[in-house]
Amino acid sequence: MLSELRTSRLSPHKYYELYMRAFDELRKLEMFFREETTRGNCSVVDLYELVQHAGNVLPRLYLLCTVGSVYIKSKEAPAKDVLKDLVEMSRGIQHPLRGLFLRSYLSQISRDKLPDIGSEYEGDADSVNDAIEFVLQNFIEMNKLWVRMQHQGPQRDKEKREKERSELRDLVGKNLHVLSQIEGVDLEMYKETVLPRILEQVVNCKDELAQFYLMDCIIQVFPDEYHLQTLETLLSAFPQLQPGVDIKTVLSQLMDRLSNYAASSPEVLPEFLQVEAFAKFSSAIGKVIEAQPDMPAVSAITLYVSLLTFTLRVHPDRLDYVDQVLGACVKKLSGKEKLQDSRATKQIVALLSAPLEKYSNIVTALELSNYPKVMDHLDNSTTKVMAVVIIQSIMKNTTCVSTSDKVEALFELIKGLIKDMDGTQDDDVDEEDFKEEQNSVARLIHMLYNEDQEEMLKIICTVQKHILRGGPKRLPFTVPSLVFLALKLVRRLQGQDGDVVGEDVPTTPKKIFQILNQTIEALYLVPCPELSLRLYLQCAEAANDCDLEPVAYEFFTQAFILYEEEIADSKAQVTAIHLIIGTLQRMNIFGVENRDTLTHKATGYSAKLLKKPDQCRAVYACSHLFWVEDQDGVKDGERVLLCLKRALRIANAAQQMANAARGSSGSISLFIEILNKYLYFFEKGNPQITSSAIQGLIELITTEMQGENATSDPSAEAFFSSTMRYIQFQKQKGGSMGEKYETIKAS
Amino acid sequence: MNYLMGAFKPPCNITITFSDGKTRKQVSVKKENGKTAMVPVFQSLETISGEVSIDPVQGKKVEHTGVKIELLGQIELYFDRGNFYDFTSLVRELDVPGDIYEKKTYPFEFSSVEMPYESYNGTNVRLRYILRVTISRNYVSNITEHRDFCVRNYSPVPTMNNSIKMEVGIEDCLHIEFEYSKSKYHLKDVIIGKIYFLLVRIKIKNMELEIRRRESTGSGPNTYVETETLAKFELMDGAPVRGESIPIRLFLSPYELTPTYRNINNKFSVKYYLNLVLVDEEDRRYFKQQEISMYRLLETPASS
Repeated sequence: MLSELRTSRLSPHKYYELYMRAFDELRKLEMFFREETTRGNCSVVDLYELVQHAGNVLPRLYLLCTVGSVYIKSKEAPAKDVLKDLVEMSRGIQHPLRGLFLRSYLSQISRDKLPDIGSEYEGDADSVNDAIEFVLQNFIEMNKLWVRMQHQGPQRDKEKREKERSELRDLVGKNLHVLSQIEGVDLEMYKETVLPRILEQVVNCKDELAQFYLMDCIIQVFPDEYHLQTLETLLSAFPQLQPGVDIKTVLSQLMDRLSNYAASSPEVLPEFLQVEAFAKFSSAIGKVIEAQPDMPAVSAITLYVSLLTFTLRVHPDRLDYVDQVLGACVKKLSGKEKLQDSRATKQIVALLSAPLEKYSNIVTALELSNYPKVMDHLDNSTTKVMAVVIIQSIMKNTTCVSTSDKVEALFELIKGLIKDMDGTQDDDVDEEDFKEEQNSVARLIHMLYNEDQEEMLKIICTVQKHILRGGPKRLPFTVPSLVFLALKLVRRLQGQDGDVVGEDVPTTPKKIFQILNQTIEALYLVPCPELSLRLYLQCAEAANDCDLEPVAYEFFTQAFILYEEEIADSKAQVTAIHLIIGTLQRMNIFGVENRDTLTHKATGYSAKLLKKPDQCRAVYACSHLFWVEDQDGVKDGERVLLCLKRALRIANAAQQMANAARGSSGSISLFIEILNKYLYFFEKGNPQITSSAIQGLIELITTEMQGENATSDPSAEAFFSSTMRYIQFQKQKGGSMGEKYETIKAS
Repeated sequence: MNYLMGAFKPPCNITITFSDGKTRKQVSVKKENGKTAMVPVFQSLETISGEVSIDPVQGKKVEHTGVKIELLGQIELYFDRGNFYDFTSLVRELDVPGDIYEKKTYPFEFSSVEMPYESYNGTNVRLRYILRVTISRNYVSNITEHRDFCVRNYSPVPTMNNSIKMEVGIEDCLHIEFEYSKSKYHLKDVIIGKIYFLLVRIKIKNMELEIRRRESTGSGPNTYVETETLAKFELMDGAPVRGESIPIRLFLSPYELTPTYRNINNKFSVKYYLNLVLVDEEDRRYFKQQEISMYRLLETPASS
C-alpha cells in the first residue's frame, strides 16, 4: 500500500485520494503498534528502529512517522527529539508531490503532540521553541517542495502545473495554521521568531503563487493584534515580493481585517495610533507601487481604495489622511491619459464613493483638495456617474451645502453634469439618463441653503455662474430650480422686511431679480419660451409681493414679448394666455396706467387666439382682470360686462361657424360656461350684471338645447342642469343672496 | 545428529557430542545441500571437548586399526571443489587397534585451540571447522563421521575510527559531498551520514545506498572476484536542488554481514563497500564506492 504512494503517475488530485486511503490504513497501523507496545510484545524503540529497515525511502518514512507518533505518545523519549528526527529524516523525499504529502502526514500526526505550553508533551524550558522550530522547519521544507513543483516538467504544461499546485496549497498553509494554534506563540515570540522566519521564506522562494497564498495565509491565520504590532515587519515584506504577485488583494485583506478589528473593539484604537498604522500602510503602498512599475493602474488604485477604507474606519476623524491617500493616488495617476480601463475607473469610483458613504456629508468631501483631482482622471461618462453618486449621497442624507466656497467646489466636482465636456459629443446619450441626471442636478440646487442671506446670495451667484455654462440642453432642467431657489430667498427677505433697513444691506430682492432676469434670459435664448414665460410670470408675482412695480412690470413685459415672438403654437398660446391672465389678475402693485396697458394687452391677445372656443374662454377669463376681490382691487363692472358680452358674441360666432361647417350646432357648453361667469359676477355684486341678462342667457341656452339642430351633449346638459340646480339652491337659501336670485326665473 | 555415511550400511553409528552442547550458543548455518542446521559457536583459544560414542549395529563387531578424532580448519575454494585445504589440523588418538563389540564412549579434549579465522560461507569460498572421527580399518574403507562447528572471533572497538568525508562530482553536472560518520562499523551498527548537494544539473530520480561485499579468491593470475550487493537502501526520492542535504541512517542489523577478512591464509579476502548511487530520469547511474571495514563486536547481554 505504501509503496503505491511512490508512484509519480498520478495527478495531485488522484494522489490525494490515494493518500487518504493510505492514511486510514496508517491510522489502523498506528493503533496496532500502540497495542503491541502497551502489551509489551516489543518495545517502541525497537519498533522505531525496525521500520527503518525498510529499503524504500517513502514507505519507510511513512512508517517512521507512524511509529514516531506512538513513540511520542509513549513518552519514552522527549517529543522534541522524535519530532526533530522525523522532520530531518523527511528530507529524504525530494519529490515535490510525494514530499508534500509525506510532510503533510507528519504535520497531521504531530499536531496534537507538539511540545507546546500546557501540552502533556511539554519538555523542559525551551520546549515551545522546539515546537515552533519543528513546525517552521516542516513549513519551510514543504514550501520549498511546493515551489519546486513549478519548475519541473516541460514548459508547456505550466498552466496545468499551476493549477495542480494551487490544489495543493492548503497542505502548505496548514502548517501556518498549526503554528498559529500553538499556545506558546505569544506576541513576543511571533515578532521575534515566527514572523521573520516565515517572511524570509516567503520572500526568498520567489514564486508568485506561493507568495500570494502565503501572505494571504499569514494574514488569515494569525490574530489581528499580532498583525498590528508587527505591521512594519509584515509590510516591509510586500515590496520584496515578485512583480506578478497580486499584492493588492492581500494588502486589501490585511487592511480590511485590521479595520474590522478596529471597528469591532474600539478600545484597540489607541494601539493603531501608537503603531502609526496609517503611516506604515501608506508608505508600504508607496513602496510597493514603486517596486512594481508595471503594476496596472487598477491595482494601484485598488490598493488606495483599501487604504482609504482602512483610514475611514480606523481614523474617521483624520480628514488629512484621507486627503493624503487621494493625493498619493493623484500622484500615481498623474502624467497619464484619462483612464480607459473600465476596472480602473470602477475602482476610482469606489475610491471616491468611500468618503461619501463614510461621512454621509458631502461637505467633508469638499474639503479634500485632492478629491477633484482624482476625478479629473475619469472619463466623461464615469465622471457623470460619479457626480450622480455625489448628488445622491447629498439627497440621501439631506445635507445642506451652506457656503458658496463649498458650492463652488461641489459644482466643480459635478461639472460633468453641468456642462458639456470638451471634445466629446455625446449624441448617443440616452435621453432618459440625461433627464435623470439633470433632474438630480436640479434637486441638488434645492439642497443649497444658508441662513445668512448674504451667503445665500453668493451661493445663488455661484450656481448661476455654473449652470449658465450648461448649454441649451441642460438649462430647461436647471434654471427653474435656480429661479425657485432665488425666489425662496426673495420670500425670506420679504418675510423679514421690517427688520432689515438701510442702504448697506447688500442682499436686496432687487439684486436677486436682476440675477433672475439674466438667468431666465439665458433660458429664453435656448429657446424654451414656454418655460421662460412661466418663470417670468413667477418672478413677476414675486416682485409683486415685494412691491417692486418696475421689476414686475419688466417681467411682464418680458413675458408678453415672449408670447408675441416665440410662442407660435396655438395650444401653447392658449395655455400661456391663461397663465398671463391668472398672474395678472393677482397683481396688485401696478399703477392704473401700467395695469391698463397690461390688461389691454392680455385682452387683446385673448381675442386674437385662433380657435373661437379658445377665444371665448380667454376673453371671459379676462373679465376677471377687471374685478379683483380685494379691498382695493379693481372693480370695473362695466368692463367685466363688456368682456362677457364679447365672449358671448364669440360663442355665438363659434356656434354659427360650427353650424355652417358641419351642419349641426356645436356644443353649447361655451354658453353655459359664460352663464356661470355671469352668475359669479352677479353674486359678487357687479351692478352691471343683471338678473335679466342672466335670465336671457338661460333662455338662450334652453332654446339652443331644444333647437332642431342641437346635438345632444350629455356633459353639457349635465353641466347646465347642475348650474340650474345651483340657482334653485341659492333661491331657496334665502337671505340676501336668495333675494337676489329671486328675480331669476329658472324654467 | 546421527549421520550415516557411505552407500553401504556402516557397521556402527558414531555420535559426536560437545560437553557443553546444551548451553552453548548455536547459530544456523547453511549446509551444502541447502538445508540449514544449528551448530555451536566457538571462538579462538577456547577449549573444545566432548565425547565420541561408537555404537555397533546389533550383533556386529567393528574391527579397526585405530580410532582418532581430528579438529580441522579447512578452506574450500569452489573452483577447486572437494579439495580442502587444511590450515589447522589437530589429532587425538582415541583407541588402539582392536574390536568393538558394544557401544563404547571416548572423551576428547582440544584445549586452547587457535582458530584465527572465522567460519565463512561465501559465493566462491568456504571456510569451515569440523571435528572428524575416523575408524581406520584394514581392507575396507575407513568409517568417518564429522561434526561442524562455527567459529566467531570478536574484535575490540577500534581506537581510530575516522569519518568518511568526500566531495565528488561530474564537472558542471553534479557535485555532492557525502559524509559517513565512521569508517569502521560493527555488524549491528548504524550508518549515519549526510549528503549535501552542491550542484545539481541532472534530473535525479532517486538515490540509494548499497552495501556490497567483494569476495576475492585465489591469488595471482587465478584471482576470482565476486561482488554481491547485500543491501539496497533508498535514501532519497525525487530530485533535490542545490543546497539540500539528505540524511542517511542505515541499520546494518537486518543484513547478513561478516567482518572484513583480509587475505585469509593467502586464499581469499572479503571486503565491504558502501556504494552511493544516484539514478537519473534516464536510469543512468552515478555512483561512488567507499570501503568500510566491518568488525564483530562482542555482544554484551544488554544489547541482546
